[in-house]
Amino acid sequence: MTIDRRSFLAAASAGATVLAAPSVLRAQGAAIRIGEINSYTAQPAFLKPYRQAWELAIEQANAAGGVLGRKLETVFRDDGGKPEDAVRHAGDLVNAEKVDIVAGGFLSNVGLAIADFAAQNKRLYLASEPLSDALVWAKGNPYTFRLRCSTYMQAAMLVEEAAKLPAKKWAIVAPNYEYGQSAVKWFKELLKRAKPDVEFVAEQFPALGRIDAGATVQALEASKPDAIFNVTFAGDLTNFVRQGNTRGLFEGRTVVSMLTGEPEYLDPLGAETPVGWIVTGYPHAEITTPEHVKFVEAYKAKYNDYPRLGSVVGYDTVQSIRAAIAKAGAVENDKLIAAFKGLSFPGLFGPITYRASDHQSTMGAYVGKTAVKGGKGVMIDWRYADGANYLPSDAEAKAMRPAG
Amino acid sequence: MIDLILTQTLNGLASASSLFLVASGLSIIFGVTRIVNFAHGSLYMLGAYLAWTLVTHFGPADALGFWGGVLLAAALTGLVGVVIEVLILRRIYQAPELFQLLATFGVVLMIQDIALGVWGAEDKLGPRAPGFKSFVVIFGNRFPTYELFLIAIGPIVLLILWLLFQKTRWGTLVRAATQDREMVGALGVNQRLLFTSVFAFGSMLAGLGGALQLPREAVTLHMDLAMISEAFVVVVVGGLGSVTGAYLAAILIGILHAFGILIFPKITLVLVFLVMAVVLVVKPYGLMGKAPVGHARSHGPAAPLMLPADGATKIAGLIALLILALAPLVTPDHILLTLTELVIFALFAASLHFMMGPGGMVSFGHAAYFGLGAYGAALAVKWLGAPMEPALLMAPFLAGIAGVVFGWFCVRLSGVYLAMLTLAFAQIAWATAFQSVDLTGGDNGILGVWPSAWAASKAAYYYLSLTICAGAVLLLRLTIFSPFGYGLRAGRDNALRAEAIGLDVVRLQWVAFVVAAFCAGMAGALFAFFKGSVFPTYMAIPRSVDALLMVLLGGVQTVAGPIVGAFAYAGLHEQLMKATMYWRFVLGLSIVVLVVLFPRGLVGTALMLRERRRRREKPAAALAEASR
Repeated sequence: MTIDRRSFLAAASAGATVLAAPSVLRAQGAAIRIGEINSYTAQPAFLKPYRQAWELAIEQANAAGGVLGRKLETVFRDDGGKPEDAVRHAGDLVNAEKVDIVAGGFLSNVGLAIADFAAQNKRLYLASEPLSDALVWAKGNPYTFRLRCSTYMQAAMLVEEAAKLPAKKWAIVAPNYEYGQSAVKWFKELLKRAKPDVEFVAEQFPALGRIDAGATVQALEASKPDAIFNVTFAGDLTNFVRQGNTRGLFEGRTVVSMLTGEPEYLDPLGAETPVGWIVTGYPHAEITTPEHVKFVEAYKAKYNDYPRLGSVVGYDTVQSIRAAIAKAGAVENDKLIAAFKGLSFPGLFGPITYRASDHQSTMGAYVGKTAVKGGKGVMIDWRYADGANYLPSDAEAKAMRPAG
Repeated sequence: MIDLILTQTLNGLASASSLFLVASGLSIIFGVTRIVNFAHGSLYMLGAYLAWTLVTHFGPADALGFWGGVLLAAALTGLVGVVIEVLILRRIYQAPELFQLLATFGVVLMIQDIALGVWGAEDKLGPRAPGFKSFVVIFGNRFPTYELFLIAIGPIVLLILWLLFQKTRWGTLVRAATQDREMVGALGVNQRLLFTSVFAFGSMLAGLGGALQLPREAVTLHMDLAMISEAFVVVVVGGLGSVTGAYLAAILIGILHAFGILIFPKITLVLVFLVMAVVLVVKPYGLMGKAPVGHARSHGPAAPLMLPADGATKIAGLIALLILALAPLVTPDHILLTLTELVIFALFAASLHFMMGPGGMVSFGHAAYFGLGAYGAALAVKWLGAPMEPALLMAPFLAGIAGVVFGWFCVRLSGVYLAMLTLAFAQIAWATAFQSVDLTGGDNGILGVWPSAWAASKAAYYYLSLTICAGAVLLLRLTIFSPFGYGLRAGRDNALRAEAIGLDVVRLQWVAFVVAAFCAGMAGALFAFFKGSVFPTYMAIPRSVDALLMVLLGGVQTVAGPIVGAFAYAGLHEQLMKATMYWRFVLGLSIVVLVVLFPRGLVGTALMLRERRRRREKPAAALAEASR
């Protein structure tokens, strides 16, 4: 069973009526509590919009009468980017705050730490953002589900485009940690499979947040590649792009780039945005599905700002929790876990399903090209790549999981 | 190939310039005030953010607007330095060595939240510099003209600094104070003014370094910590207080980076620390540094004598232990979780204190042993399939063995050089854990390190931790008051005299180092089973800083200090993190306030007050006796 988004969004737009007569719609019984752990102070660029949209979604849910007649309530916790602090919060949320669901996570190692806590304590954990493939595969467990499309899925989306290019010699630049390493591993493996004659002529692994951009650009230039696969993001990406632009690294070369189309990383580039990169991202101003338009309107009305990708992840996390509770008809841990298996709900990008086989959702991403319009970076020629098409089959996925 | 080598050399020189600006400021400040300024990276970040605002405001296309904005940003950063010095640091110059580090760390935390509040979370990309927007073709490669400009800035600033120090009275005073600040004070120089001006000057250089990055790098909230460790490395490799040394070191590091990524693209993180370790082992005072004149620990008040606890203190300690032992009977589960963590941190802090207090060896990298203990436990579980008990026993030995090796090198140095060498080893250990993905799982860590069934309940694990930690802390305490401990303290207070009476100071320190590493490893192993997973963050710099803060906050020259400090700092940290999203600002402010109120640490100040009251009471009692 899925809940009808339109009906509650309609109710949300009638918020004034709700506020005028709160007693009529006041939820029965105590609020359903969600414990949310994230690296708010360490990764504010992604997580501030995330939290804003989360709060918007909760507000809308409660305005529509809550779930099962009960209001939703969130306890936010900041892990400061440290997995050990995240584990402490998880224990505290479960034992002291008596939350019904634990959710959140941005960094992969934080997500894995909470997931392991969840497995040990047999508690449901909904990982919203961590991209690590290990979360649902190599270290997957029966209690953890993940919303965001993973490193593997995004790499697969880009390989599809990369394989169409005439380029034979590829150079790679990726941040030196698990996300960068996995992205490179999958990209190479999948591209080789699709086009056996490609070769990889240079690899650069700058430390995360510490790229020596000039020297890195020079090292890539020296290998004279036909195309470049980039995994750097945030400040590293900005520095890489500026040095690459000045030094002409991108001229006559196609760049295929992970996450660069996300407003979090595209917007700081401004007029400096390189043109024609093939990227995954989120063209927020151009998506015209009714759900998304309504969401953008509500978000702008509340925060006087446009949503980032973080906002979509935060919003859809709450929506999937709502849907799961409605499907389970209860908030008991076991029932919720059962409900999440195969749960479908209408996400902002399109319908999303949590696969029963590996607990990964089918949330996708937009694949397109970068361009500059009016001094700002935008995505053009984009299409929505549904996550369901970029996942290994249920049997393959199950084989990668230790149990459950 | 030759063109690549030449271009990479230029790239290295360009990075070296900004590194030099920041490091020279840090070096000058340390030379005169002996303050290890953790906030120097924050000043660099502030300089960049201020420049971004000012340049955008004045109009980036206009040369005057751009360069005016950059210079104004540097000047404003200097002003911020004045505020920090006058409001905070001036009040604590008399505190024990390194105590000011605590205050500057508080400032780091506050500036992080201030920058987030003022400039927002999004990265800022500055405009290109007018006149330096394009490139020239050198050695067949395009090379940005702005990088050429930066290459020139380094030697220019070095020359200006040289003229300033050699040809002006202020410079002469700065050099004199770097050599012997007591003597400068005795000669009637206004020390306050000198210190403030030096701090402002150093801050201005950091601000300039940040502002000049504007056309080159995005301004981000992570600039501060990314810069500070590297700047420390440059200062130490160059030799503390030596500006020329800092320049040489900056060039060395810059060029190493540029070539390192060609040869070992994956070890850029640790390369600088490897170089620092090698330099310090070969040249214990850096490339251009000199051995300090006179007694190494001449500045600051002499360390008070550590006395065994008197009756009242013993009873208080016993009561505290009893309360901890009885806690599970009355407290709910989640408080027990917090207590377990605090108890483990108390042992971690006590182990660092053992080398810092009686040993006089400050470690900036104590987390290495905590982390190695944790990894020892996790690896035993993962690869040997060991249950908790043998893993707990084995783990501290991994840390202890690392202590034997690292310690052998470290105890041959002293002061900040020793501290930086411990940091270098910690970074090497961290990088090993981070990069050995097959063995340690890299940054995804090792999962599933949970305790045996009998210790799985929260109360059982709490008792296990309490028993081990309290036992170890008591043993450390006994050791401090054993002949070994007295020998260690003798070596700390006067190595020459200690040697003269036949103490092998280096060996005593080495043993103390190993003991401290072993105990930290024990804490780490307990922590691993407590959290259920192990990550490289366990031995990253922030964890080392945490330990340092706990010890300093409690009071270095007291035995109970680290325990009180651990409970105070970790407890505060945890509560604030829950209470507010702006916990960094509040925590930073609390640290600063505590530092100003308790300049000898919490326990140290309490002991001092008690001592003072006793002295006041004694004459009064004697007077009463006489008048009878």
